[in-house]
Parts: sequence; structure tokens; C-alpha cells
Amino acid sequence: MKVKINGVEKSLDVDPEMPLLWALRDVLGLTGTKYGCGEALCGACTVHLDGHAVRSCVTPMRRVDGHAVTTIEGLSPDGSHPLQEAWLEVRTPQCGFCQTGQIMTAAALLAIKPKPTDADIDQSMAGNICRCGTYPRIRAAIKKAAGIDGGDQ
Amino acid sequence: MNAAFEHSSPWCQSTLPVMMTHVRRLLLVLAVAGCGGKQAPAPDQIELRRVGANELRAVEDFAKIRDRGTRSRALFGEVARVLAHPRCINCHPSGDVPHQRMTMEQHDPPVVRGPDDRGVPGMECTACHQDRNQPLTRVPGAPKWPLAPIEMAWVGKSVSYICNQIKDPKRNGGKSLSQLIEHNAHDELVGWGWAPGTEREPAPGTQAQFGALTAAWVETGAECPEEKR
Repeated sequence: MKVKINGVEKSLDVDPEMPLLWALRDVLGLTGTKYGCGEALCGACTVHLDGHAVRSCVTPMRRVDGHAVTTIEGLSPDGSHPLQEAWLEVRTPQCGFCQTGQIMTAAALLAIKPKPTDADIDQSMAGNICRCGTYPRIRAAIKKAAGIDGGDQ
Repeated sequence: MNAAFEHSSPWCQSTLPVMMTHVRRLLLVLAVAGCGGKQAPAPDQIELRRVGANELRAVEDFAKIRDRGTRSRALFGEVARVLAHPRCINCHPSGDVPHQRMTMEQHDPPVVRGPDDRGVPGMECTACHQDRNQPLTRVPGAPKWPLAPIEMAWVGKSVSYICNQIKDPKRNGGKSLSQLIEHNAHDELVGWGWAPGTEREPAPGTQAQFGALTAAWVETGAECPEEKR
């Protein structure tokens, strides 16, 4: 099947039922996307499918065939996406495991709502779990990236 | 979970989430005036065939009810046993959060309906739900997986309310009664209720029976049970 991964057309010979996460990590070597729960409950594996956030651990390759996938590696060419910069400035990551999923969900939010309210952020980010409890920093980083007051810790 | 669930009267007075239990006990089709909890049975009560909780009565089971309006209301009571089942009502919430499981707990991960009943950016329904059930991860799915619009809310509503709601084109997605029959009989997402995958309990009966009961209800005048006073 053919899938555009981070802007590059890839031809993959994989089982149509293989989860996208497996293809990304094990076939393509894109290990920035993390395996968390494997049941779409934690958000660590979030990537974009045609610009929409999806949980790659439950997304079969047959759904992805012919579409465009963006992972954390492709969010910006050099880590300069406003969210990535804000993430560093606010020192959001602690253990860091959930952060790529957090950023990809936040990027999907800002793409639709460039100036989200606190309620927007809460609703969109509610399914991304962080065991280090960095939620205040995540919210601050999103607001900083969006240029909203309150984006500094 | 909701005070509105705590009714203990017959189906003509009940709200849908508790109705299943009552319907299992209900062997009599109650006449319009005979819906009081502790009142003596109305003279024209008619015994219906006993069925299990996972079965639906057939249209023919209602033929013995001579009065057309009474028969129509009784048929809707049977239709409502499907609507009341968590497989169906869980995605017809009265608020912005769907329910899940037989206990009708709030959807986890926490999700909200969003402006078009398909979630919000970053947390759309299809971020997780695919076009079919996923046996390994147990995430349920169907080709279309939106939340029912708020005007189609059923949780906490009475059977009478839902009956009137479901035949109102302004609150049923613009459907005529014949389109409603078709919807109940053949819609794929409706059909998911009987093929929910994994260990989930399906809605009672079959979709074909559900469609036939809907058709019989319409053919008998699409009468609705009276509201509790």
C-alpha cells in the first residue's frame, strides 16, 4: 500500500490490519511515536491522518492506505513548530514518554482553533494522559504557542 | 447516576434506562387508563407471551390486542425495549458526553460531542473508532460513528416523550415514518446494536424484528403511550 509519511510517499508491504503504530515504529523506524496502552486510552501514540489526530495503536493500515500521515518527526523539519519551541521553553516534558502524543494532539487543536480557550484545551487534551502530571505545563505551552496570555509558567 | 432513572412504575411511566427491568416483568399490555403503579389492573389487560431479556416479541404476539390504538402503543413499548438498551441509548445522551458499558458510565477517555456531534479537534470520535469493531483492542466501530444529535437525546426521557420525539421530523433527522422504518430495519449504525463485538451484550432480538415492530407500530397509527401525570 502507498502512504505519504511526513510528506514522503512510501510503499509498504504490510498486513492491512497491522496497526499504524507498528508500521511507523517497526517497519519505518520512526520511534518518536510511542506505544502506551495499545487500546486508544492514553494518547501516547497520537499522529495525524490527513491532519486529524488519530490513535495509531488502533488505526489499521487499510485505513491509512492512500492517505497522509504526519508523526512528530514530520511536524516541522527542524523542531521549530511553535508547540515544540513552547514545549522546551516551558520545560514541559518530564519523563517525556507521552509528550509526542501530547504535542500531536495539541497541533491538531491549534490547526483548527489557533486561539483556543482553556475549555477548548481541556476538551481536546483530555484523552492524553501524563503520569508525570505535567498538565499545567502542557496547557501553558499550548497557550504560549498560540500567543495567548498565560503561556508562561 | 441520574435521579430520573429511579422510577419504579410500569413502562408507560418509566424513563428508558430503567425500562428494561420493568418490561421484563411486564406481562400485561396496559390500557391507556390503567397505567397507575398500584391501581387494580384495567379490565382489558391482555397477557402477552413471555420472552427473555435478550428476546423481542414478534409482531404477531400483539395481534390479540383488538383495539388498534392500544396495540400500537404496546408495539412501541416493545420497540422501546431496544431503544432503552445501553447498546443504543449510550450514544443518545442528554448531555454532551456519551455513555458506555451496560452500567451507562461516562465515556472514558473523556470525550465531548463537539459542534457536529463528532468530537472536538484532537479528540474526534474517529481518532479511535474505526469502521468496524476491533476484537483485539475491543474498540467498537462502524462505518459511521457519530453521537446522536442532542435533539435525539433519550437518556432520562420517558417512553412517551421518546415516542413523540422519534416521529417528529424536527427531532429525528428529518425522517418520515416510512424512512424511520427503513432506518431502524437497515441502518448500519443501528445494526451495530446487535453486533457490538467482543463481550458486549447485544440489544434484544434482531434488527429485522426491530424493523418489523417499527413497521407494525407505524401501520397501527404510530400511537404513543400517554405521559405520566
